[in-house]
Amino acid sequence: MSGRAEHRSRGPLIVVPAAIWLILFFTLPLLIVVAISFAERGRAGGVRLPLVFTLEYYQRLVDPLYLGIFWSSVRIALVVTLACVLVGYPMALFISRVAPRRRNAMLLLVIIPFWTNFLVRTYALKLLLSAEGVVNNLLLGAGLVEAPLDLLFNNFAVVLGLVYGYFPFAVLPMYASIEKFDMTLVEAATDLGANLRRAFLRIMLPLTAPGIIASVILVFVPVVGAFITPDIMGGGKVEMIGTLINRQFGVARNWPFGSAMSLALMLMVVVGVIYYLRSSQESERLI
Amino acid sequence: MSAGTAVRIRRGSFSLRLGRAALGANAWLALAFLYLPILVLIFFSFNDSRSVARWTGFSVEWYLRLLDNEPLLRAARNSLLIAFVSTLASTAMGTLTALGMDRYRFRLRTSFDAILYLPIVIPEIVLGISLLLFFNLAFFPLLEALLQVRLTLGLPTITIAHIAFDIPFVYVIVRARLVGFDRTLEQAAQDLGANEWRTFWRITFPLLLPGILGGALLAFTLSLDDFLVTAFTAGTASPTMPLYIYSLVRRGVTPEINALSTVLLVASMGLIVVSLVLQRRR
Amino acid sequence: MRGKLILVGLIGGLALAACATAATQEPAAGPPVVGERCGDGSRLTEQLYLYTWVEYIDPAIKEAFQAECGVEVIEDNFDSNETLLAKLQAGGANYDVIVPSDYMVQILIDEGMIEPLDFGVISNIAGFGQKFTNQYFDPGQEYTVPYFFGTSGFAVDTNVISDPLPSWSTVFEPAPELCGKISMLDDERETIGAALMYLGYSINDTDPAHLEEAKDLLVAQAECVKAYDSQTNDDLIVQGETVVGHMWTGDAILAGLPDVGGREGIAYVIPQEGCTIWQDNLAVPVTSQNKYTAMVFINYLSYPEVAGQNAEFVGYGSPNEAAYEFIDPAILADPGVYPTEEAFAGLQWIEDVGDSIELYDRIWTEFKASIGG
Repeated sequence: MSGRAEHRSRGPLIVVPAAIWLILFFTLPLLIVVAISFAERGRAGGVRLPLVFTLEYYQRLVDPLYLGIFWSSVRIALVVTLACVLVGYPMALFISRVAPRRRNAMLLLVIIPFWTNFLVRTYALKLLLSAEGVVNNLLLGAGLVEAPLDLLFNNFAVVLGLVYGYFPFAVLPMYASIEKFDMTLVEAATDLGANLRRAFLRIMLPLTAPGIIASVILVFVPVVGAFITPDIMGGGKVEMIGTLINRQFGVARNWPFGSAMSLALMLMVVVGVIYYLRSSQESERLI
Repeated sequence: MSAGTAVRIRRGSFSLRLGRAALGANAWLALAFLYLPILVLIFFSFNDSRSVARWTGFSVEWYLRLLDNEPLLRAARNSLLIAFVSTLASTAMGTLTALGMDRYRFRLRTSFDAILYLPIVIPEIVLGISLLLFFNLAFFPLLEALLQVRLTLGLPTITIAHIAFDIPFVYVIVRARLVGFDRTLEQAAQDLGANEWRTFWRITFPLLLPGILGGALLAFTLSLDDFLVTAFTAGTASPTMPLYIYSLVRRGVTPEINALSTVLLVASMGLIVVSLVLQRRR
Repeated sequence: MRGKLILVGLIGGLALAACATAATQEPAAGPPVVGERCGDGSRLTEQLYLYTWVEYIDPAIKEAFQAECGVEVIEDNFDSNETLLAKLQAGGANYDVIVPSDYMVQILIDEGMIEPLDFGVISNIAGFGQKFTNQYFDPGQEYTVPYFFGTSGFAVDTNVISDPLPSWSTVFEPAPELCGKISMLDDERETIGAALMYLGYSINDTDPAHLEEAKDLLVAQAECVKAYDSQTNDDLIVQGETVVGHMWTGDAILAGLPDVGGREGIAYVIPQEGCTIWQDNLAVPVTSQNKYTAMVFINYLSYPEVAGQNAEFVGYGSPNEAAYEFIDPAILADPGVYPTEEAFAGLQWIEDVGDSIELYDRIWTEFKASIGG
């Protein structure tokens, strides 16, 4: 008995390695960014030395222009997340129902395309969607359209590119949850008279919810701040918060503004995530 | 009663079969969508001109050129090395953290939880620049003062950065797996005399494995393909594949890169085949 | 037991840090006999770190330098002047030779980040002539050596438009059949600048009213623009997705050469209302560890034959007049690469606009947000 009590007080120590790593290599660097966000812009980018405190950049953020861009990024991220989860959940389910020997193979199958280089993949995707690309040729050949569709350089292309890029981020967490779900529960429910839909909604969904929640977080959050994919697929026409931030560290040479934007973004997303976690069923377990 | 039940069961089994067929169709279609650009990629690796957009003829010249391309091969080796190391470290730390956060309550737990989610949110360019500043302004001087070791940016700093952003992804996935975890099995084992270590390896770990594996795969992928954070923490050379490839983008990616990607793909597919064969033996 | 795990984790972390002990570069004595173009062989180091734009130096030249002088040139690339600046500012990257553009040179000089050059070593500066030296950003020609120059006009597919008008009206008031087949650079200074010049203003104008006008012009143009692209705009025109593309000289020239993946008929046009001229320059950061070798390399690149060879590879205009006898006369005669005197008068430098860059960014953001895909 004493052994267990003893290890309970020592137990939390297993989080120490990650804690040290993240505090050292993430939180401290982040504090530097926080400091920059309150400083004045230096002429050559960076900050003006000696450091001068200012709230100017945070104040600037409260502006319909930036809020609008943030909002449209959130919208795009929501669509991407929805698509990923809607297609990813059945896929994760399918993989978990496949013969146990083959499951790992299928997981690998899902993830291996992402071991090719991101840029090469994205350009290949662009090629497929171009006016003379495979997709348009198929559509034209099948007589479904009369002229090549504009599949690139718009919101559609950006969403497609992001779904493509973040699909495994959705499948893997949901698989982790679904794989341990006991299907006999559903069978029992149908034996007891429930139809499949009810069994799914009342039993399977709640019990695999943690996986779905994890997927939503792992897709939505990075996508809000994405910028390379929107840039390439959107042809510079789809402005997202990621492109905006990136520009501040680039041509605009305005690190304080970029830092303020990033911190505001992070704050809003973290608050959103915590709210989302608290209000979903398994919330007490995840926080 | 029996007639009603029979009808219900028949309908049930039909919709079950339909459901299963739909499930399969969805999965294979999704895979097709994932692999279509890959097929394009492979296709153009055999192109006999430097275009990756217009097919002009068949050739294996790019594969031959690949063998001679020392910088690219070195970059590929570095990328794989960094990916393996960061995956191992982040999976270990991420899993332990998920266990710790799930099972224990301690002071600062909620703030630590917040810190764990932050690396997922932070825009990569901010992470990259902040790490660069941190390394130069704080970390290196500190190490030099304390340990007399003079470090510069390079593979180790890249690896450190990768581990930092990998940990939260592993954490989130394993944590999801832990929800609803049946502790009674572990308690039973301990009642029967197993110590914590044995309990972990024989009971907890196998049950967590799909989650840990999922996290590890994601961490590996994130590390292998990372560009922005790596660009800032790499120092003076282009030591990883994404950096090297990016530097070629301006002039258009040559089929050499496609060739390399194809080689990696084939090797990974080989992994799958091997794992299938091994599983069959068991 | 748990303690063991923690220990393993920490040791692992420290091991990584420890196995990263980097040895500082020790300047080794060069080979006893170096080529005469290599300066003083005993002061050369074994490696030189070059930080430059992509595909901006002929690999054969790097190899030749290594063969002649025994110095390995290790190249790293950046995609923008701001990335260069960010890396230099954040420190830790000990590049020896960097290739900043005009306005960035001015900033680097003002911030004291680049080294005054020793022109005793870089004697080839004499061959450059007057046209490209002593520009506004380095008036005494003390800190840099010109490398390449270029302009930002537009490429035209002459197979579709046989006689393109050298005017921005081609893109800002496009003929109906061109609508949807235009690409512009994704750069707030270049693209807003093009609009400003078309409206008759200076490319460095900071008047908010003028910038608003430029923005309105860009917004009106947007529906006919296929993409704002600085990376793959040459691919777009070669593949036929666009017919007119706002792009830099070198990209346009190479887009017209089938041997390097281009297509016959793609020509480069400099608009008469004005066009940006930019110049990239070789410089040595103050943090360089191999300054002497850096300057020897800069001098090497400035030898007429070497500069000529480089110019043919890169496709941009060489500011090195002594090199002209080594450049293909057909290229020298191309007004796109080497603008006529008349065209030169209309060219404008993008200069640092100081704090007004924030206004430019705001205008650009407003513009981007309102066009939405």
